[in-house]
Parts: sequence; C-alpha cells; structure tokens
Amino acid sequence: MQEQLKNLHAQALDELGQVHNPRELELWRVRYLGKKSSLTKMLRSLAVLPLEERRKAGAQANAIKRALELSLEEKGRLLEEALLTSPLESQGLDVTLPGRPLSTGRLHPTTQILREICSVFKNMGFQVIEGSDVEWDYYNFEALNIPQHHPARDMFATLWIDAGMGRKARLLRTHTSPMQIRFMERERPPIRVIVPGRVYRYEATDATHESMFYQVEGLAVDKGITLADLKGTLFDFCRCIFGEERKVRFRCDYFPFVEPGVEVAIGCLVCDGAGCRLCGYSGWIEILGAGMVHPDVLARVDINPELYSGFAFGLGVERIHMLRYGIDDIRLFYSNDLRFLRQF
Amino acid sequence: MKVSLKWLEDYVDIKLAPEELAERLTIAGLEVGNIQTIGSTWDNVVIGEVIALNPHPNAERLKLATVNLGTEQVTTVCGAPNISLGQRVTFAHIGARLIDAHTGETILLKSAKIRGIVSEGMVCSEKELGLSDNHEEILVLPPEAPIGAALGDYLGDVIFDLDVTPNRPDCLSIISIAREIAALTGEPLRLPSIHWKELGESIDSFVSVDIADPDACPRYCASLITGIKIVSSPGWLQQRLNSCGMRPINNVVDVTNYVMLEYGQPLHAFDYHKLKGRQIIVRRAGNGETITTIDGTKHALTPDILVIADKEEAVAVAGIMGGLDSEVTDKTDTILLESANFNQATIRRGCSHLQLQSEASIRFDKGLNSELPLLPLKRATQLLLELAGDRAARGIIDVYPGKSEPKLILLTAREVKRLTGLKLNIDEIRKVLEALGFECQEGDSGSQISVSAPYWRGDIKCSADLVEEVVRIIGYEKIPITRLGSPLPQQESQLSPVAQQSNIKEKLRNILPGLGFQEILTYSLVSLEKLQKLSPKLELKIPPLKVANPMTREQEFLRTSLRAGLLSTLAHNQKFEQAGIRLFEIGKVFLPRGKDLPEEKEMLCAVLSSSRLELSWHTDKEMLDFFDAKAVVENLLNQLGLKASFNIGDDEILLPGRGANIIVEDDKVGIVGDVHPRVMQAFELSNNICLIEIDLKKLLTRLTRTKEYHPISRFPAVTRDIALVIDEQVNYRSVENIIQSFPLVTQITLFDLYRGKQIPEGKKSFAIRIIYQSPSHTLTDEEVDRTQEQMLNRLYQELGATLRD
Ligand SMILES: [Zn+2]
Repeated sequence: MQEQLKNLHAQALDELGQVHNPRELELWRVRYLGKKSSLTKMLRSLAVLPLEERRKAGAQANAIKRALELSLEEKGRLLEEALLTSPLESQGLDVTLPGRPLSTGRLHPTTQILREICSVFKNMGFQVIEGSDVEWDYYNFEALNIPQHHPARDMFATLWIDAGMGRKARLLRTHTSPMQIRFMERERPPIRVIVPGRVYRYEATDATHESMFYQVEGLAVDKGITLADLKGTLFDFCRCIFGEERKVRFRCDYFPFVEPGVEVAIGCLVCDGAGCRLCGYSGWIEILGAGMVHPDVLARVDINPELYSGFAFGLGVERIHMLRYGIDDIRLFYSNDLRFLRQF
Repeated sequence: MKVSLKWLEDYVDIKLAPEELAERLTIAGLEVGNIQTIGSTWDNVVIGEVIALNPHPNAERLKLATVNLGTEQVTTVCGAPNISLGQRVTFAHIGARLIDAHTGETILLKSAKIRGIVSEGMVCSEKELGLSDNHEEILVLPPEAPIGAALGDYLGDVIFDLDVTPNRPDCLSIISIAREIAALTGEPLRLPSIHWKELGESIDSFVSVDIADPDACPRYCASLITGIKIVSSPGWLQQRLNSCGMRPINNVVDVTNYVMLEYGQPLHAFDYHKLKGRQIIVRRAGNGETITTIDGTKHALTPDILVIADKEEAVAVAGIMGGLDSEVTDKTDTILLESANFNQATIRRGCSHLQLQSEASIRFDKGLNSELPLLPLKRATQLLLELAGDRAARGIIDVYPGKSEPKLILLTAREVKRLTGLKLNIDEIRKVLEALGFECQEGDSGSQISVSAPYWRGDIKCSADLVEEVVRIIGYEKIPITRLGSPLPQQESQLSPVAQQSNIKEKLRNILPGLGFQEILTYSLVSLEKLQKLSPKLELKIPPLKVANPMTREQEFLRTSLRAGLLSTLAHNQKFEQAGIRLFEIGKVFLPRGKDLPEEKEMLCAVLSSSRLELSWHTDKEMLDFFDAKAVVENLLNQLGLKASFNIGDDEILLPGRGANIIVEDDKVGIVGDVHPRVMQAFELSNNICLIEIDLKKLLTRLTRTKEYHPISRFPAVTRDIALVIDEQVNYRSVENIIQSFPLVTQITLFDLYRGKQIPEGKKSFAIRIIYQSPSHTLTDEEVDRTQEQMLNRLYQELGATLRD
C-alpha cells in the first residue's frame, strides 16, 4: 500500500510536469484529486486494513493528497503567470500587420475652424445665432447705411435674385451683417452675439476669391462699450487663434455701417513682418473688418445712440484656416476632394 | 490713386522715410498698397547735352554722338532715330545698373566695341532706365534739365499706390493727401497761390449757362481762354502726369488732368467754336438722342443720362466723358473750361447704363462737394494762361442753384472717451480737427466745441465721424486695450427652438464621423443640369430660385436638396478611390415662397458607396447594401433618443422596391435606400450607392419631447427562441408588432432569416430571440409559457405564422 501510494505520488507529479494549460490541469485534478480518482479510492479502501496499518497508510495518503493539492495550486499559479508574460513563440502575432479597418470620417475644415472661433467668443459671453442666406436688399444694404446707388455698393459684388427692385429685391447676402439689424430689431441691450454663416459674392473664382465663403459676424451693444473694448476683444481673439507671440495691428478703415471703422491685421505668418508674396510685401495680413456700430444704424432699430454704443466685426473663416496651414488656394475648400479634406 | 512724393513735397515738408510715411498713412485709413522707388538704381547716370552728331564710319544706321556732361565730353555710339543736336539726354557711365532692353534683366553696363568703335557708356532709353517699355527712342529731357546733374536727383521719385476708400473721394487728390500728411506729422500745408490778369471781354458775351436739372447738377462753373496754341506740355508737367499713371496728351488736356489730380475736381475743356448758339444747357438726354464720345464710341442716350448740350445737341455726357465733336484739337484757339458738380447717383446710373467709366466719373461717382469746383477752375485757368493761352475772358460763370449750408456738429471730449476709451482734452481734439481743415468754435461750455467740416469732407455728418477723425490722426495704436465690462445678456435656454436646432446639427456632426462619414460642404448654388439629373422626367417638382446675374451656369440655382452636391462630390472622389466612401452634408436647402424670401430648411444628406469597409487583408471586399444605410439611420436616431420605423418609399431618386421612408411617430422625416441606376448613370457614379436624407426641422419637432425614463428591473429575465414559418408577403415589422404588444416582452432580436430546404415554397422562416422580464416580480415558467402561447396564437391567426418543426 505504501509503495502504491508512493508510486501514485511520483506518477501524479510526473504528469503534472506535462501539463501546459488550464484545461489539462483540470483533467489532471479530476484524475488525481477528483471523487473518482485512485487516491480517493485508496482512501476509501483503507477501511478494510488493520488499525495500525490503516492509521499509517491514512496519514500517508492524506499527506500525499495535501501535497498534490499544493502542487496543483502552485501549477495553476505558474500557468496563469506564464499566460500573462510569455505567449509561446510559435503562436506570436505579426503586430506590424495593419489593424482591422474601421471607417472613420472627419469634419470639414471649415466646420472645425468655425467651432474653434465660436468657442473663443462663447467663452467671452457671446451667443451663437444664425441668419438666412437669402436676404432683402434692405437688410443687406439699406439698413446698414448703404442705400441705392451708394458708392460703397462697389465693395460688395452682389448675386441678385431680383434685379432692380429697390429695397424689396432679394439677394444672396454678401456679408453676415444683416443679422445685426435683424437681431437688434427684436432684442434690446445688453447684446452680445456672433453669427456664423455662408456669404456670397458675384466674383470670378481664383486662388484667393470664392463666390461662396463663411463669415463670423460679431455684435456687442450696451451702455459704455468702447473702441478699446473692441480692441481688447479682437486682440484676445487673435491671441487665442494665432498664438501669444503673433503681432496684431489695428488701423482705420471704412465700412459704411461702423464709425469709427477698423481693420485688424496680424503679422505675416510666413515672413514675420519682413515682407513676402503672401502679405504683398507689407508684413501684415488683414484678417477682419470691425468698428463701432454707426449711430444711424442704432437709431434705425430704436436704440438711442446717445445712451448706447456697440461694436461689430466680421471675419473670414477659410482665410484663418489657410493662414494656419499655408493653404494657397481657397477653391480647395468647396471642391471637397477627399485628399484635401482628410488632411485636417 | 498713384501719388508722387515729389509732388506732395510741393505742399508739405516730408521728413519721414517713405516706408514710415506709408505706415502712418495706412494706419490713418489711407492704405498704401505699394511703394515704387524711381531712380534708386541710377547711380552712374547723369544729364547731358548732345553737342555733336557724326555718322558712324562702319554702319549707316548708327551715329556717333558727342555729349557734354558739364565737366567732360564723351562720344558714344547711338542708334536711336530721335537723337538730335541740342537735346538734353541721359548718359550712363560704365558700371551703371540698367535694364537690358531684350532680356528685361538688370545688368551692369560694360564698355563695348560697336562696329569697330569703342563706346564708353551710352545714351539711355526709357526702358533701360526702367521708366517704361519704350526702347525705340532715347529719353529726351526738357531743356531746363541741368547738365551734369545726377539723373536720380532730377527724375527720381517715390510713388505711393493708395487704396482710397469710397468715403474719401477727396483723397483722389494730391492736396488732400498732403493735408493728411500735414495733420499726421504736424507740418504746415502750403497751397498754390492763384492769380491772373483778366484781359479779355466779359465771359457773358461769349456764352450763357442754363441748368435744367438742378438736382442732377447743383453747380456749373466755367471760364474762357482765347489765343490758345495747342502744343506739348512742358517736361515738368508731363513728368507729373506720368508719375501718377496718366499719359500726357497736349497742354490743354494735360492742365485739366493736372488740376484734377491736384484738387480732385474733374474739368473739361470744350473747343468753344464747335459749340452752337453760344449756349450751354445742362439737361437730361432726350429719348433717341445719341452722342459719340472722345473714345470714338457712339452711345444711345436716355432721359436717365445727364448731358451738357449746346443749343442743338449733346456735346458731352455730364461728368463721364466729352463728345468727339467738341473735343479740343490742334486747331482749337478758344476753349470753354468747365468745372461743375454733378449728383453722385446720376453719374453712377449713367456709368452703368453706358458701361463707361473715366477718371472724372470715378470721382463724381464717390460724391464730390458742390463747393469744390471754383478754386480748381481758377487754378486751371491760371495754368492755361501760362502754358497755352493768350488771354482769359473777364469773370467766371458760376451757376449755383444747389448751394447748401454747412452743418454744425457738437463734440465733447467725453464723447470721444465714450466711444473710444481714449482720454483726450478738448484742445488736443481741436488741434487735430483744425489741421484737417475743420473749423472749430468753442461751444456753450468749455468742454464742448462746435465743428463745421470743410467742404471737401462730404463724408462727415455726425459726431462719431469727428471721433474717427481725431483717433485716426492721433493713431489707433494709442487706443487702450480693455475687456468688455458690460453685463452679460440673458443666456438662451438650451430648450429654445434656436438652441435645439443648433444642438441637433452639432450632435449629428459629432455622431456621423464616428460612423465613418466624412463631412463635406458644397455650394448653395447649383446648375439646372445637375438638378435635372436627379429627376427622371427632367422636370423639377419644386422650381428652384434662380440668380438673376449668375457668374457661371454651374452656379445659377439655389439648391432645393443636398442630393446633387453629395452625388457630384462622390463621383469626383470615385475617380481616385474605389473602396467605401461615406460622405455627409448638413446644410440649408431653399424652397421658394413666391416673392417672399424662400424657406431655408436644414437638411442632412449622406451617401455610402461600394464596399462596407476599406480594402484590407482581414475581410473580403463585401459590398454594402440597403441594410448598412438603414443601420446608420437607426443608429443616428437612437443616439438622438428617437425610434424610427420604415415603410416602402417611392422617392424618385431611389430604386423602386429598394427605398424606404423613415418614419418617426407617424411622420415621414426622411428617406433611405439604394440610389436609382438612372441617377447613378447621370452623375457618372459606379458601384452600389445608398443615400440617406433627413429633414432636420421635422426631427426637431419630435425631439422637443422629453425622454422617458424606465427603472432597470431587479428581477431576472427569461430568454426564449422561436422559429416562425410565414408567407413571403408578410413583413417582419408586423411580426414584431404583435410580439411587442405583450407587456412582458422587453427585447426582440431577429437572429436568422432563412429560405430554402425544409421551408415550403413561398414561405420564409424568422428565428427570433425574445426576452421576457417583469418590473414587479420573478417570472415563472408557466407565466412565460402562457404569454408565448397567446403570442403564437395571434401570430397564427393574424399572420398565418406557424412554429417551425
Ligand atoms: Zn509676409
């Protein structure tokens, strides 16, 4: 009996050495420690032995059982460890093979930059509103101090729906500024909004001109708003979009619906002020037009210009993206070639 | 407007370097686009006199010219036909930097042997000096050009190209720009002094002027000069015109152009003897009246157009162009000189009607002041007497029906501060305004001034205009930088329709790229051809709005759907890429509403093409189908908290039987399906293509409902699978509807659809997994059995469905 038990122990340990995975380990456990295992059978058969022998063999059998249980536990632990740390060489992966494809898309670069611009202004308390693309002559021009035959109409080459119908003529808005009027017609100060949207021009397209592009209009009206506030707001904007170091210039310019009028330029991103083709050798790149809302415009929407003042600005969206990535052809935006779109 | 620095220096001392001056002008609102330096390379070029001309011994067409340079005399070979004795010419020494006449490149002049004669230097053409493209002739300088002087000192100049904004027509004049510089730099402005002797008879004995339309012509001034001799202008005058980009013509025309550039007032000289009836009438043209202008074009006139007429006919289109018949010619001996004011809108209409523009009309079109004409007329009369004429008639005609009084504007330092944040005292403000020619008087209180704008500043109408004048001269860089301090407006509720609309667009833009879709943005304007490609009968269900003046036929109509843009973009990209392109656009379509503004509806449109995934080593190139597109719709709506159902659709863009309507709460919100092969062919598309279109406004009305929350059941679920055999005609939806109607059913999954062996002809088999769960108790087997039995009974009775063996 003792010999038998000894052999069994040796055989079990020997077989345990051949176990390579948890499934085999489970089979081993059933074989040597299960209810029907020979060890269990042997323990049961002890009953027929004389007391002295029974006690001796019992003790030995139980010791072997405990030893096997310990070995099982140890082996289990080893297997688990091995599984985690060293997969077998023969089953290793070529990890350089391409991953299983997942289709993913991106947002259009204009959407991306619009989101960025809007978020900068939202953080300054501006709300985002939208206007309509087809407008009346009145909102696009007349209410903005550009009556019929005004020379400033030359600044806005217009696509008309109706020709020669005066203020009741429909047109494709040439700027997002009509929303200034529409918003002030229905809201009272304090006003702080931005208006992103499409605008249209009667323009032959080339690398720097598009017949359709996006603008973001801004408007803030309240008591005590100054040109200095406009300067602060736009300098903050330029810093957020173009970085801390970028130089910004504020100069006088003319737009009929603001007074005083402003043009904002940033230091050329290519030559940094030395002069190059991009900036027309001036070292500066115009990025937006702005100014204090003209008193006649305020009066037209029943906001007293002697008590209230405000600023407005309009900036071109694609241009900012173009400057940032050195894109030299605006037509790439709306020809929607995936080889372009997927780069952003 | 091109401006010569030398000319500016006649009126104001300029101590700033050209680049610095340009920067100051630019910041003050007069943008300098370009600075051109003339003569910066003329280091070794001097002025000389041709004192001898001899034939070249070896070449018939060449001459040997001896040029006196003051300190020395040089002989050089010259081939120009216009060289003659006594001329003042330009002479380039060896080492001078010149433009090579043939290559256009800058070269260093070397000594050369021309047909056996060594030439030390050369007499230059305009092209070699970089002045023009003329290379046939040598440049001949005026007789007063100083012999021996460096050419750079005599002809050198800096030309500023100014971008004048429409509000500043006065800056289309040298004097106004000089005034700006004076104000910016604090230097005094010097204006020309004007005086002449009136030796002739009274002008009234020569001509009378009538203004028939005072609104269109508020003022008409004229002078008359006799004994005119038409010759070329003197060199200095030609040089000035050239520097501002105008070609010299003759002394009379050049003087009118010179004074126009100087003062900004267009002038016109008539040949007095060509005018009939000693009469000038400013009137509207008659119907059928015609005129041939000095450019040789014959124009049909209408009453919209203002003309200058003599007793019989129109002799000029007012403010735009003179008539050929009354033009000054070599034979002219008496001229009537016009300096008038015309209404801005009238001139603008006239230009657009006649498709005609001139230096004069460009100025009138921006609006000139009726106070302007007199002084320039006097200045031109003086110059004509000096350069062309014999005597001036006594007096000047000045018919001025449209005189208006200058307005007074009150300005305070507080107002400047209120609008700009810049703190100035009233004296600083006053100093700036006076330098610009404004008249300021102390107002009622010490802190207030009463300002009247000078006549040339028609753009100044209110105190904000004055504020701009003050800050632009003081400098925008002096404006402080502050942040908005006013209270924030009330923020829009996230539940408002406006916020919801923008939110839904943003949500969709967040979801779709994750489902593999690339966003595109296409033009709002499309061609008729593309719209028709979408429709089988080439008839458009909704006639789109048309642009009256399209730039191209490609962009003529406002889109009524996003479909054409998506499909064209897909076709374009299929040229470069075949596997699995997915595109979407969120944007407006324009639905006409009669004469009103169109309805601008936000839509989502998406297309999927060819394979399910990009080509890869993992999978076969499996082509996508209707159910891929449908899954996208279900996923989208699910993420928005909506549940869609689908029924067979009949939209013409989709293949019949393979397109569905998307239904949300009994309302059709869009379509999904396979694109019709006819449409694919029209757009030159390949592979199989599915299209999704959703009306965001309709979606929005469904979204405003708040989502319902259901607590998660604590009790165990029971899963049962059933396999039903059912007629082909019965759709899955009706099966699902019946199963779903049992309250204990919480989830239904179709996991197999089978036709073929073991299933009778005309039938199909659905394998469905049903999960039962109760919110209130643990289900017993009997309960589930009972429910399922009732369910199977209904499926049998209503749909004829039986359990598969
Ligand atoms: Zn640059």
